[in-house]
Amino acid sequence: MNRLLNLVALLKAPPAAARAGKAPHPFWAIVDKEVSDHLRSWRFNILLVLILLTCFGSLYISVTNIGKAVKPDDPDGAFFFLKLFTASDGTLPPFHVLIGFLGPLLGISLGFDAINSEQNGGTLSRIMAQPIHRDYLINGKFVASLIVISVLFFALGFLVMGLGLIIIGVPPTAGEFLRIVFFILLNILYVAFWLNLSILFSVLLRQAATSALAGIAVWLFFTIFYQIIVKLVAKALMPSEMASQQAVLHYQELVLNLFRIVPSQLFSDATTTLLMPSVRSLGPLTMEQVYGAIPSPLPLGQSLLIVWPQLTGLIAATVVCFALSYFSFMKREIRPR
Amino acid sequence: MSEYIISLAGLTKKYGALTAVDQLDLSIRKGEVFGLLGPNGAGKSTTILMMLGLTEPTSGTVQVCGINATMHPVEVKKRVGYLPDEVGFYEHRSGLENLLYTARLNRMPVQEATERACQLLKRVGLYESAHKKTRTYSRGMRQRLGLADVLIKNPEVIILDEPTLGIDPRGVREFLDLIVQLSREERITVLLSSHHLHQVQQVCDRVGIFVGGRLLAEGDIPTLSEKLFAGEPYIIEAGVQSPLDTAHLQQVLQGIEGIRSIQLSNGLFRIGCHRDVTSAIAGAIVRSGLELIHLHRKTYGLDDIYNRYFEGGPIYEQTA
Repeated sequence: MNRLLNLVALLKAPPAAARAGKAPHPFWAIVDKEVSDHLRSWRFNILLVLILLTCFGSLYISVTNIGKAVKPDDPDGAFFFLKLFTASDGTLPPFHVLIGFLGPLLGISLGFDAINSEQNGGTLSRIMAQPIHRDYLINGKFVASLIVISVLFFALGFLVMGLGLIIIGVPPTAGEFLRIVFFILLNILYVAFWLNLSILFSVLLRQAATSALAGIAVWLFFTIFYQIIVKLVAKALMPSEMASQQAVLHYQELVLNLFRIVPSQLFSDATTTLLMPSVRSLGPLTMEQVYGAIPSPLPLGQSLLIVWPQLTGLIAATVVCFALSYFSFMKREIRPR
Repeated sequence: MSEYIISLAGLTKKYGALTAVDQLDLSIRKGEVFGLLGPNGAGKSTTILMMLGLTEPTSGTVQVCGINATMHPVEVKKRVGYLPDEVGFYEHRSGLENLLYTARLNRMPVQEATERACQLLKRVGLYESAHKKTRTYSRGMRQRLGLADVLIKNPEVIILDEPTLGIDPRGVREFLDLIVQLSREERITVLLSSHHLHQVQQVCDRVGIFVGGRLLAEGDIPTLSEKLFAGEPYIIEAGVQSPLDTAHLQQVLQGIEGIRSIQLSNGLFRIGCHRDVTSAIAGAIVRSGLELIHLHRKTYGLDDIYNRYFEGGPIYEQTA
């Protein structure tokens, strides 16, 4: 209970302190410094330019193709505005795929040197000798990066919406707007996962370069090699043509679940469902299940219900990474250099 | 409140089979400058880390300003400033910004912090470089900025771990003078760890000799030499022109009462005595027909105290 009260006091600290004209809580001093470090760094600015470029590129492609994207019998036809985020002619992937690709890079680059650079620079023991709890540093760094990511994605999302609004002249419905907001939140969650993974590496590995490489290695493994491995396994397990429908169904679900170990698969499942309301299942459907179904879009609540396992999985992976880095950082002895 | 501001009792720290600090008892009075002297790897840094609650002792207690440092590290760190041996700053920030960040972590209001930071920067002679990025600072400048950084929180105790490492001799003197001045003016207790005995001798009121995780001796320098050289309070160094071995000299000096030991080192004989027999030794050597070219009666400095412990002693070998 006391801890909870402390936490509440911590969260309340900045406005209360500002009113009294006193210094802010040290936790916010750390967050403040980390945010400004990110914004001043070349690394973040390069990534920002990269993301802005891809963002506008995909917006351009989707705007030029949006006319072709709407077909008369398309169940998503009612969600014209969402096409901004998904329409493409194949030259450049649509917005959500691009973010799925660049997000990990952003997350890794914001976190890979969080702790080890402080250690190597000799600042860690100096900061730890100040009257702050040890977890302030790691929490502060995480919160700061999260703030930067959130502001970036909300700005980007709303920018695309605003520009789209001006160019195509069709306002989004409330449902579409909410879907986009959830899509942005999902992006933030996805980047937060990679951020935590790279913070974990920065606690475990002494050299910043090694930890960056480790992060990128995990990312490459999941995006390229894991797919190949799963396909190999799938081929080996393929049931014979005489197999029962049940067996084929089982097999398909197994392969899908193997794919879903990867966070990027969870992310792309979730984004597709959110941005294409006509998606009504992420697994195989039997003829009986589809029989009689009207190909109409799902309401937002139902779409969210479909991606709930994906969301939970992503949150769990993020929390596990954070817990591991928190644990190993708290146990560590802080020696100067 | 007790008179002691730092007191360690039965402090032990083990890393697996290695005992870094072994049953350490140490008390430091308020306002004194205490030197922790020992070779590299003697456990000085580990002891300091335990005082700040940055690492947990295996057994024993640490009380700093009357607070248990293991249980309440944050309270201790409010009162204690710590300068690690290789202090680092955020390189892309200026010296002033680095100080202000520390002040903010200590919950100091911005205005007060700025005033104090400027005052301290003037004091350590970095006012002109306050707005330069710290990556352009030299080693000595960093160390002085480190001192300002330690002082910005108005500490009762400052702990300096090897603060003079890698600074040129003039810089060292200025730095040490600054520390002594601060300690006297603001009544700050200073704990200084070093393996450089001259510097410790120069500034410290009391010294503790720390080898292999144990405190071998503590006290001011006269007390220490008395304690350590109880049998041989006098050392006479004698040099003779012609080569000579110890046995021969022993023969020459046979008749003189009070000689305890004779050692040959670097061409000089070190004769340990329990009373002052300098003139008798000189007489005996001259009478025997040997050409006496050097005769010196030594008083003990930290050098000798140091040598006494580290010269080929088994204790040193263990820690090296």
